[in-house]
Amino acid sequence: MKRLRSASELEELRKSLLAGRDPSQPMVAVCSTTGCAASGAKTVLAALQRELASQGLENKIGLKATGCHGFCERGPIVVVYPQKIFYQRVKEEDVPEIVSQTVVNGQVVDHLLYEDPATGETIAFEEEIPFYKKQMRIVYANNGKIDPTSIEDYICLGGYSALSKVLFTMTPDQVVETIKRSSLRGRGGAGFFTGRKWEAARQAPGEVKYVICNADEGDPGAFMDRSLLEANPHSVLEGIIIGAYAVGANEGYIYVRNEYPLAIKHIGIAIEQAQAYGLLDRDILGSGFDFHFRISRGGGAFVCGESSALMRSVEGKVGEPRDKDVHATESGLWDRPTVLNNVKTWASVPHIINRGADWYASIGTEKSKGTMVFSLVGKINNTGLVEVPMGIKLRELIYEIGGGIPGGKKFKAVQTGGPSGGCIPDSLLDLPVDYEALTEAGSMMGSGGMIVMDEHTCMVDVARYFLNFTREESCGKCTPCREGVERMYQTLTAICEGRGQEGDIELLEELGQVAQDAALCQLGKTAPNPVLTTIRYFRDEYEAHIKDKKCPAGVCRALIRYFVVEDKCTGCGLCRRNCPENAISGEKKQLHVIDAEKCIRCGLCFDLCRFDAIGVE
Amino acid sequence: MELEKVDEIVERNDAAPSMLIAMLQEIQSEYNYLPKDALKRLAGRLEVPLSRVYSVANFYKAFSLVPRGRHLVQTCLGTACHVRGADKVLEQLQRTLDVKPGGTTDDQEFSLEAVHCLGACALGPVVVIDGEYHGKMTVGKVESMLKAYRNSGG
Repeated sequence: MKRLRSASELEELRKSLLAGRDPSQPMVAVCSTTGCAASGAKTVLAALQRELASQGLENKIGLKATGCHGFCERGPIVVVYPQKIFYQRVKEEDVPEIVSQTVVNGQVVDHLLYEDPATGETIAFEEEIPFYKKQMRIVYANNGKIDPTSIEDYICLGGYSALSKVLFTMTPDQVVETIKRSSLRGRGGAGFFTGRKWEAARQAPGEVKYVICNADEGDPGAFMDRSLLEANPHSVLEGIIIGAYAVGANEGYIYVRNEYPLAIKHIGIAIEQAQAYGLLDRDILGSGFDFHFRISRGGGAFVCGESSALMRSVEGKVGEPRDKDVHATESGLWDRPTVLNNVKTWASVPHIINRGADWYASIGTEKSKGTMVFSLVGKINNTGLVEVPMGIKLRELIYEIGGGIPGGKKFKAVQTGGPSGGCIPDSLLDLPVDYEALTEAGSMMGSGGMIVMDEHTCMVDVARYFLNFTREESCGKCTPCREGVERMYQTLTAICEGRGQEGDIELLEELGQVAQDAALCQLGKTAPNPVLTTIRYFRDEYEAHIKDKKCPAGVCRALIRYFVVEDKCTGCGLCRRNCPENAISGEKKQLHVIDAEKCIRCGLCFDLCRFDAIGVE
Repeated sequence: MELEKVDEIVERNDAAPSMLIAMLQEIQSEYNYLPKDALKRLAGRLEVPLSRVYSVANFYKAFSLVPRGRHLVQTCLGTACHVRGADKVLEQLQRTLDVKPGGTTDDQEFSLEAVHCLGACALGPVVVIDGEYHGKMTVGKVESMLKAYRNSGG
């Protein structure tokens, strides 16, 4: 690898790389990042390698391990080029067929295609699948196309051209101005205007400044940052270098969650490659601009996703937040001016530079511009990651892209914004998704997690779940969070266990209000949101628990009972043999019964029964 | 206890106190936990009080101050896994292994951990053992999943 010393050397490299590549050459791409790997992509990739070699095709057919396509529900995903045939749920035994039929003969293997559940028709191309049709992929556009460990792949698709443009044709002020005009807002959740943040740090006095990429994706149910870092790490890196140039920073960090080993590996490789090509460190592309960049691995503390706590953690200290009287743009990492942005915010930057601020600002709603990546998870058919323009309706997201609720169950709520967010009921499904609308509904954009819940999800249990999360993750520095959240959790636990009392709802509201007003950082201030929104929209469910001692969704153990459905029980004995409390009795091939006295309501029988013969009420 | 490894780790990181978390991570992957003697040595080499090293080691969840089992079983309790019944899977693991989250079995085979979101929500409920993902986990599948790791040497 040769160090690039000018913009034209980068362009020459791009041309020579492209000249050596034949787009009509057949190539098989296997999604190999965490989601698909967990469903067996590694064995599929190895089988493809063997099969191509055994047919003597290893030099004629390309084979590539790519990043995430987002349709995790259907993994492992294999795409055959140049036709771009999209195969899903591919298994090792399907590999010979793919090679002999599609790669060699150009024929489609029908049973590996996606079948539209609505029409029953099979669909051969990614862009025609309903899950993708309504999406607008900008930061995710190249995810399935490139090998994340190859900087050459990224350069072939125009990579680092935005950096080159910025370094040689724009002043730092012009870059800041462009980002301001694009109206890009922080994709980590709070939605602060990125350009304004950059401007503040640029104008702050001081020689030493820092930029940080926040990849401490801690919200349960959100994994888009992981996916992007695994699939296209150079796009994030390019955005960070541009930002560093704009604010005048010569050093930067990416703070990555320790639970994301593959993301750490891929961004590490990307940094080494960029260094080797002279796109990092001293005199980048011969422009005279220096920028040094390091990885800082998190230690598994949710509060470190909060910017001031994150900076303490990068400094090697305990990750406690501090008061926000002083902005990080004036005094952040080691008390120097610091710009901290989320992974997706940084990755949006090269696109804005290349295609212009006006183009970006033309997408979205009045105050929320561009696209947002959401993770559709929970009780939804098409689990996965989707990138959509701001302003899309929740209904479109959940039903048209997400394919609705499995098993014909009824939609109940969608939870957005992680532990800081709230639950939105079906009456608000036509809400356009942007920062303001979600806040108004009592929730927030957050990092983009969308957890769909159906009629079998108990909203009191969900509120309790989130409070348990924030209670455990509270750093303990301020009282409203340390004690207030704990008390709210105790009250919710009492309600779920049938010990709820008249006045508990009001107590929760009062405690929630105090935490919102008085907690030190956003973790504490937003912790009551899941409780307050569920009270706001599902008050009757709280009342059923407190007054009638009933859990309408059949979740809270103290308030339910399991029973055998007489006409369905075959007497197979599976439940009896597995019951940890020996609470089930019955002769072989005879009706079984559950002893309610002994039953601890673990639900094992309910899950194990193959005949739907265990009921819950 | 051999502490040369700690010295090597300190030198690799230029004995910079700002690299404390990274060094603790390296020490943990070397010894499988953070031994008391290693922390004392680290504090001495970095010339920082042991209390500071301990407070960081104690604050972050990734660190363990007690030895862990040969196999690490992480049960995801993220929201997506939760609404799909992860708590039942965790309970079954507790019953089968006879250990609580955060604990290690008497034979030192398994350590059980409950974690918040591993980012593989499409496959929920997810259990990760020694870095291998087991998706769409059910109570009924727990025993057979563990069997593959029992006495496998690890």
